[in-house]
Amino acid sequence: MSLAVNIVDIAVQTAEKNQAKKINSISVEVGALAGVVRDALEFCFSEAVKNTIAEDASLEYFHIPAKAMCESCGHQFETDERAAPCPKCSNMVFQLSGGTEFRVKNINVD
Amino acid sequence: MCDTCGCSQPNEAVTFRKPGSNEHTHLHHHHDHEHSHGHEGHSHSHSESRTLEVEQDVLSKNNLLAERNRGYFKAKNMLVLNLVSSPGSGKTTLLEKTIQALKEEMPIAIIEGDQQTMQDADRIHAAGAPVLQVNTGNGCHLDATMIERALDELKPKNDSVLFIENVGNLVCPALFDLGEAAKVVIISTTEGDDKPLKYPTMFSASDICIINKTDLSPYVNFDIEKCKSYALKVNPKLQFFEVSATTGDGMDSWYHWLKEQT
Repeated sequence: MSLAVNIVDIAVQTAEKNQAKKINSISVEVGALAGVVRDALEFCFSEAVKNTIAEDASLEYFHIPAKAMCESCGHQFETDERAAPCPKCSNMVFQLSGGTEFRVKNINVD
Repeated sequence: MCDTCGCSQPNEAVTFRKPGSNEHTHLHHHHDHEHSHGHEGHSHSHSESRTLEVEQDVLSKNNLLAERNRGYFKAKNMLVLNLVSSPGSGKTTLLEKTIQALKEEMPIAIIEGDQQTMQDADRIHAAGAPVLQVNTGNGCHLDATMIERALDELKPKNDSVLFIENVGNLVCPALFDLGEAAKVVIISTTEGDDKPLKYPTMFSASDICIINKTDLSPYVNFDIEKCKSYALKVNPKLQFFEVSATTGDGMDSWYHWLKEQT
């Protein structure tokens, strides 16, 4: 819930700084490894927007996978898991980069 | 984020108390934004909707405050460790023993985090270290704002070691930087040895892993070497201490490491 409130706070502050009166949508980028549960966030978002200028705003959710490189065969691939089997050689890959993003990308306002 | 508890109580529910004190203070959350106003007046002109770029990290507020805490710690030459684990791993006992062993050699201070009660703070107080209890109410983790508020009350000495005993929770505390130098994840032999694979976020976020309750190893199915290898897969840089806080076994290495850091 605190994450949803933070998202709404960031969006409202940006809107007010730009003299916007109403937020239509808020786009968030969420990495696969950011530790965020989409359903929980969407539920909490619907509560967090009440009584704000984002009251009718939709949450546009952009999922970002992590990038993995297999230490055994060198194959590069994308994954949503912290421990992923290599699609080429099936060895488990634990060394990942990215996928930890959790940011408000932009907002659409009137 | 914990996907069951919601952490939705207002910040007024978070309290800060010292052992033996009947007073407690609250955290007040100031809303920076105004609520929307009704009745704007009928306008004939139609403004186009527009997209405003934001590119701001959601946890930026907490992260900024954590960095401020970090600056405070640096200025006071403090070593700050954030102890994280499932409930019941032995964090408080570990701290009691550490305080008893090292309090003559270095100033130690503790911030205790629990949903309710002064139990842990009272134990730390009895062990002989200054301590502040943060009760989070329904909250499942400490955040940087709570630490800043706790520091205002605790007023730790320069050159001290501050241990923050986080709320028992192997999930959410990994997301909330408090300004610490390192996270110490504690797992006990009475838990599953595959926990590092099941809770990789916390094990990757930590620098130190303490395996506690080694005295119970003969009675449980916990494979210490397996647990360490799982943890190293998720975080190759983890440093381990195998201890029994209650018997004292292995604690010397932990004390030695602490003394080396200061």
